[in-house]
Amino acid sequence: MSFLDFLGLGQTALELALFNSLTVLALYLSYSMLNVCDLSTDGCYTFGAAVGAMVALAGYPLLSIPAAMLAGMVSGFITALLQTRMGVNSLLAGIVVNTGLYSINIAVMEGSSLKNLNKTTTVFTMLKDWLKSSGLGTWQNLIIGFAAVLAVILFLSFFLRTRMGLAIRATGNNPDMVRSSSIDPRFTTTVGLVIANSFTALSGCLMAQSQKSVTVDIGSGMVTVALASLLIGGVIIRRGITLRAVGAVLGTFIFRLVYTVALRFHLPAYMLKLVSSVIVLAALSIPYLYGKGSRKRIAGLSVSKGGE
Amino acid sequence: MLEIKDIWKVFNPGTMDEKIALNGLSLRVGDGEFISIIGANGAGKSTLFNAICGTFLVDRGSIVLDGTDVTRVPEHIRAKVIGRLFQDPMKGSAPGMSIEENLILAAGRGGWLSISSPAERAGFRDRLALLAMGLEDRMKAPVGLLSGGQRQALTLMMATMAHPKLLLLDEHTAALDPGTAEKVLKLTADIVAGEHLTCLMITHNMQSALDLGDRTIMMDGGNIVFDTWGEERKRLTVEGLLERFRVSSGKKLDNDRMLLSTAKDLQHDLKR
Repeated sequence: MSFLDFLGLGQTALELALFNSLTVLALYLSYSMLNVCDLSTDGCYTFGAAVGAMVALAGYPLLSIPAAMLAGMVSGFITALLQTRMGVNSLLAGIVVNTGLYSINIAVMEGSSLKNLNKTTTVFTMLKDWLKSSGLGTWQNLIIGFAAVLAVILFLSFFLRTRMGLAIRATGNNPDMVRSSSIDPRFTTTVGLVIANSFTALSGCLMAQSQKSVTVDIGSGMVTVALASLLIGGVIIRRGITLRAVGAVLGTFIFRLVYTVALRFHLPAYMLKLVSSVIVLAALSIPYLYGKGSRKRIAGLSVSKGGE
Repeated sequence: MLEIKDIWKVFNPGTMDEKIALNGLSLRVGDGEFISIIGANGAGKSTLFNAICGTFLVDRGSIVLDGTDVTRVPEHIRAKVIGRLFQDPMKGSAPGMSIEENLILAAGRGGWLSISSPAERAGFRDRLALLAMGLEDRMKAPVGLLSGGQRQALTLMMATMAHPKLLLLDEHTAALDPGTAEKVLKLTADIVAGEHLTCLMITHNMQSALDLGDRTIMMDGGNIVFDTWGEERKRLTVEGLLERFRVSSGKKLDNDRMLLSTAKDLQHDLKR
């Protein structure tokens, strides 16, 4: 493998990591802050990809991004509605929405399970043309990915300090306390899931447009991959709300890097999902197994996840 | 301030486990009144608080708070005007968030997207200093790192800073060591007097039931069996109170063994 090959490989890994880190940031909000494991993530990712692609195909490349995010918001709202107003367990709510979205996604793609964006104008092709005319290489994927990640991190760093953001963190940390602060945890859960899912959909939309196609299973296993990245990030950076969001993105890079290197060592591509499952399992169970020995010591602290 | 009229609550109605938790209870609480509530386990003390807070809706009767009928109002809306502390110091604050962040939420000022101002945070520091626990220098520390007593004092401050119309204390010092409990009780008395709060306090400690506040009520079987204030209360001793408990609840209960065990429980609590 030549150095240029390696650079190219690194660049692709970086691009994929940037797009997917938006989903990781979504889970940072829903899983780490709100303490809800949103299993509709896979479907929502595809939903964003499908809606974004169709709007771009219809000739509105710029509109495709807000449209995909709006689709994500609707999906998040329904997931939240099921668990806050209709008595559905939060995990089940995610699964139910995820299953329903499968049909909706195919319907959005006009009954087909694949849409090709090869000749479609997207934000990526627009930026690529502009970069070409200004004589700057093919950095469009990195630029858009980086801009999106930066925007989401800046938003989160502001939002999580507002009263709403604090209420969302407290909802994940101690719902009793939220109720006694005269805030309805159902409301904070809904707002949190709506915002998180808009990021997930944005993630899927950018991924599909950058690789010029969308399939109905583009998002399958996404929740586990993103969770693995989030947990890796949580090991690197443990403190600070903004820093931990940056850590989540770094975690995605590391996950992608390890995976890319593993591919070079002839790990078949289909092993990605198994690798992410093992990482999630390790990240969740090692602290648990380790903590068993010292449980008595930390029992009084109860510094657990959620809202930290 | 608070007017409770003939409230009923039956848990598991029509089953073997049917329990009449509130048995046509009525209570009038005047503005600025501080009432201590005593009674054996299962007498319905916490259930009364849950009914006032709206943790569940009562089967019958009405609850009027400061002129507003709140009988059907959901819990989080009532929470705007009711502050509540539990026995468990872990319940009232978010352990993963800093002292400062907990206080911002409790203060409940500003719109959803507002960010706390430096002036507001300086105000928190000053108030925390009044607790004399050194918390004002640990504003950024996660609440989960505080001791039970510190956490309960913080919760007390959080519950009172938004000037609630009613403060409910549910054995809020029972889980603390005696020294800390005394400190938190003193703090309670200071804050209730200083802010002129209307307050109901459940306690197992008969002595503090008589020492604190200006009225004591005794509950049994989901209703009030004894209510004392003024001169009569001032003359009352713990022994006298125990005797009143025996007499008052004896009228309602035939089960001698249960009566004995509750009296024993109370004496045990006294020794503690």
